[in-house]
Amino acid sequence: MLRLEGLTKQYKTGDLALKNVDLEVPKGQVLALIGPSGAGKSTLIRCINRLVEPTSGKVYLVDEELTSLGVGALRRARRKMGMIFQEYALVERLSVMENVLSGRLGYVGFWSSYFRKFPKDTIDEAFRLLDRVGLSDMVDKRADELSGGQRQRVGIARALIQDPEILLVDEPTASLDPKTSRQIMRLICELCEERQLAAIINIHDVALAQLFVQRIIGLQLGAVVYDGPPTGLTSDVLTEIYGAEDWEATIRKVEDEDEEVIESREEHMAGLT
Amino acid sequence: MNSTLTTTRTWRKKPVVESARMRWFLGIGVALYLSTAIGSMEVNWSRVYEGLDRGWAFVIAFTSPDFAGRWSDIRSGLIESLVMTVTSTAIGILLSVPIGLGAARNIAPRPVYLLCRGIIAVSRALQEIIVAILMVAIFGFGPFAGVVTLSFATIGFLAKLLAEDIEDSSKDQLEAIRATGASWSQLMNYGIQPQVMPRLIGLSMYRLDINFRESTVLGLVGAGGIGATLNTSFDRYEFDTAAAIIITIIVLVMIAEYTSGLIRTRLQ
Repeated sequence: MLRLEGLTKQYKTGDLALKNVDLEVPKGQVLALIGPSGAGKSTLIRCINRLVEPTSGKVYLVDEELTSLGVGALRRARRKMGMIFQEYALVERLSVMENVLSGRLGYVGFWSSYFRKFPKDTIDEAFRLLDRVGLSDMVDKRADELSGGQRQRVGIARALIQDPEILLVDEPTASLDPKTSRQIMRLICELCEERQLAAIINIHDVALAQLFVQRIIGLQLGAVVYDGPPTGLTSDVLTEIYGAEDWEATIRKVEDEDEEVIESREEHMAGLT
Repeated sequence: MNSTLTTTRTWRKKPVVESARMRWFLGIGVALYLSTAIGSMEVNWSRVYEGLDRGWAFVIAFTSPDFAGRWSDIRSGLIESLVMTVTSTAIGILLSVPIGLGAARNIAPRPVYLLCRGIIAVSRALQEIIVAILMVAIFGFGPFAGVVTLSFATIGFLAKLLAEDIEDSSKDQLEAIRATGASWSQLMNYGIQPQVMPRLIGLSMYRLDINFRESTVLGLVGAGGIGATLNTSFDRYEFDTAAAIIITIIVLVMIAEYTSGLIRTRLQ
């Protein structure tokens, strides 16, 4: 469904952020992208929808090659890729509804978006989605009045109203508390399952990723060093991705029950910060 | 505590200029410059003495300002100034918005950016009075030259500050709108406009205020408005009328200042 072939990104500064990355994501698969800061996780997902232009390599979404598209065709292709951001990236002075509807900008002309005149079924869908993410009372609130978790829910609704084939998710929980993080991850994964959406989720929190996703990709210095199931993340693998550290606390959780996982994860986080 | 240890340790803030010789050099240099600069000013004290009387007469005139004598002149001058202010601010805003968008590094392509920054630089480099003299030469005496001048000056102010505000706007929010497949114009409407609108309105109110003050001066070079009336009264040595005009200007500027301040705080 999504296929990356030899994707490489070299920044003007000379930094090689991605080295010849090959990756195939089948329909409906949710995968987590882990790796240390600066490993190229953000660059990777931004090269897919070309918020960052890849230096070389190819990106296929369904059967369309994205890296060679012109401006108009790229805009049409972006409609099929919903994006969710670390700091929510809502337009703060717009209302919740306007933020959700902004997900449809690729489908409507300038004047209808300028006068906020979206088609009836778009409005219906927006209400349905806000209901689904539990924000039906917040429709006309300004985005900056919401809490972090609520904002990320708006971000999710904005991505889904695009009717995407795939979700590109950049550190969805990095600004949230542990409980909200978990709720947001669960929501994203549930929605992907409901809609048979593929998703690439950049995430720092290995334990959280292991809880929710089917496949994990480990990225180190722009290259894929691990690709496999969450259970395959052994101490050695984590050392290869992140460098030497005592990984016992992280790994133990894989076998443990849910609730305990969260507790030890919090300890782990407290230890890190 | 070990007192010997605590007393031997001292700390002083590091001087900005590290070398002591350089500090002395700079200090003496500044003193030398100031004394020669003051020494080179030529003041004709007998002329000042004569002028004091005239200055005093002008100050005295403020105790008996004459609003009535030339009221119709003052009135028409004021109306002209206000019309100039509002028109030029409106035109200035309409021109500043596209130029401001073009002058923002993060959304404009490089050639457009350079062109718009160039326009802003020219507008800022030329002082209003100089522009006004040029405009009077082109369009002749009267308020039209003043309107053109103030509109032009507004661009340098508003477009520059707008462009800087756009450059400071949140990159994440723009990225998010871009990722939905939005066009450039939609990006402006959904990404940029909500972020910069309050500041744009605030700056426009502030500029309205500035343009009114400037319009009172432009009359001195023949570009219409209350300044022309003021100039005439000076020429006729009618200091009481001049005082009346100045008092009116002060009151109007204060009103404009107050209302624009009120609107700006409401916006936050």
